Amino acid sequence: MAKDAPPRWDRRMQQRLARGEAAALGELYDRFASLVHSQAHRVLEDEEAAGQVTREVFGYIWENPDAYDPRQGPMRAWVARLTNTRAVRRLRESEAASLAPGDGGTSEELEQRVLRAAVAARADYIRSSMPAPLRAALELAYFQRRDYRQTAADLGVTEDEARRRLRLGLQLLSTAHTRPLEGSSPPGYGRVL
Amino acid sequence: MSGRGGPSDDGEGRDGEHDEVRGVPRIPGPRGAADDLPPEAYRPPPPPGPRGTRERGPAPGGGSAAASPAAADAPEADIPAPEAAIPDGTQGAAAGTGEPPGADPADHAPAADPAPAAPSHGVLKSLLGAWALSACSAEETAAVEEHLGECAPCADEALRLRDAVGLLHTDRDLDLDPLLRFQVLENCLVRRPARIPVPVWADAYDAETARLDALLRDIGRSDWDAPVRLKWFEGERQVDRRTTVGGVIAHLMGVDGLVAAALGLQDPLGAEAPRQPALRTEAAWDLGAGSGPRVRKPWREQSHALIRTVSFAGGGVAELPVSYGSFALPLRDSLLDRAFECWIHADDIADAVDYPYPAPGGAHLHRMIDLAARLLPAALAERRRAGLAGPPRQLVSAGSPGRSLHLEIEGSGGGHWYIALDSPAAVGSADHSVAQVALDGVEFCRLVAGHVSPQEAAAGHDGDREAVREVLFAAAGLSRI
Repeated sequence: MAKDAPPRWDRRMQQRLARGEAAALGELYDRFASLVHSQAHRVLEDEEAAGQVTREVFGYIWENPDAYDPRQGPMRAWVARLTNTRAVRRLRESEAASLAPGDGGTSEELEQRVLRAAVAARADYIRSSMPAPLRAALELAYFQRRDYRQTAADLGVTEDEARRRLRLGLQLLSTAHTRPLEGSSPPGYGRVL
Repeated sequence: MSGRGGPSDDGEGRDGEHDEVRGVPRIPGPRGAADDLPPEAYRPPPPPGPRGTRERGPAPGGGSAAASPAAADAPEADIPAPEAAIPDGTQGAAAGTGEPPGADPADHAPAADPAPAAPSHGVLKSLLGAWALSACSAEETAAVEEHLGECAPCADEALRLRDAVGLLHTDRDLDLDPLLRFQVLENCLVRRPARIPVPVWADAYDAETARLDALLRDIGRSDWDAPVRLKWFEGERQVDRRTTVGGVIAHLMGVDGLVAAALGLQDPLGAEAPRQPALRTEAAWDLGAGSGPRVRKPWREQSHALIRTVSFAGGGVAELPVSYGSFALPLRDSLLDRAFECWIHADDIADAVDYPYPAPGGAHLHRMIDLAARLLPAALAERRRAGLAGPPRQLVSAGSPGRSLHLEIEGSGGGHWYIALDSPAAVGSADHSVAQVALDGVEFCRLVAGHVSPQEAAAGHDGDREAVREVLFAAAGLSRI
């Protein structure tokens, strides 16, 4: 699904949503539902809560298509950001509600989970915004289990180039780990909602 | 991970058992606490033997014997190694280039090479990404790992990249609940009603194409070549046709193209393409549309375009005739028929790749059953014309109630239908019912799809046996490729 989504698709989708086209909403869901649901699930570790966040995120987009600014980056990254913010907020709320005051240990676990989710969210952000050729190479090598020679053949590039793309792609991804994280929002993840 | 033999040791045990490099697991195993270690903590153990032996041999000394068959049989062995991996054209390249005439088989064992001209630092560095993804050959893996023991910057990067691989694994959802799509869309449309809604009669097509697309997203590349047998009825007997998962999607795309053409969209098979679904399927296959996963995108784009187009056209196009060559259906029924086919073939695909695939939701299933029930009188007449059934028993004037069969469909999507037996012009009627057939909804659909024979369909029946037989055969006769 995370194939190349040119900015044109993003802009056009926004226009279609803005004019209230239900068919566009379906296409939006088809493209981003697994991103939203998996990301929400990573934070909340609960099927029902992830489903709820998924409903909320798509509801928000459908009601506020103009909140997306194509100049700020791909729609996928925006959707991921919305999801992460909402999921983390929901996690904090539910934990705050269930935690008796003074029960400090669990809240530390919670922060750990938020942190891990933030790294993963950041990784997805990087993955979705990295140049399409790098992403395509990683998808072939990782998800389709092609070795780099097959990857090169599939992409129609030299083996040198395939190696370069795989290495570069992973280098980009690895910055999700090394950059400092602050609270619930990884750098670059403004609190949008 | 850092406590053992290096980042790739998850693959090592199995590597020796599989004689092809592709067998090396690409997904790293659990990575424990490695994330907590600073990069400096990573110190690959010194390679226990010359390059290539550490991975597979139970002991460093004896490793070479085990290593060489694995390397020599690897598919990559026939592919020339990248120029960079052929160090100075010496023996180091032997395992990578296959069987140079002069090479002593024993030389396959890297241990026999006292001073392997190792690939340069630059080349090894360029391999780090592929290595972290377990996407290079056994020889290259070994060379990289040996290098990591000697080169701290590369070892640092290797660790970082291997950790990054763990971050690739994010799309957790193999099975996103299909109901969720409905709930999400419903929730949205309640909050802000659509100004351009999808017509109710296109709902089932929208839902079924989305479900199939989700299945296609989850299957692996190799699954696209999995054999699928398309089954349908011709006359009195079941026939079938072998194809692949990709071929099934090409078939769906080709026949959906009839609807596209009726709406004035581009026919994927060209303006001159035949109308008959069977011929269109052959045409789609001839175009090579069914080979591999490439067909998914045009199929999906066309289905999205159909939904978008009928949304804009609104109710005005519901009755637009869609020609299938020998018959035609109004657009609203045609899209329902396409939804039905989409489900049935998605189920064929799911069977072929061993995925679960539930039936459509009750409301959609009901409409599919209703369409089949409405088509049955004409199908009965068709059988009579073809000499497969006896003459009508009792003709009534058009629009009057006639001799009927009570079709009782149980389960989700079920209901009661009265099938006029003697003429499509007659109206089915409970009062004139001469027989009854009771079937589960999904079983009925499988019958209509030609996936289960009239004799085998698990149907309860009562009354005029001839009428029961005729209706069951006519139902199977509704199927086509």
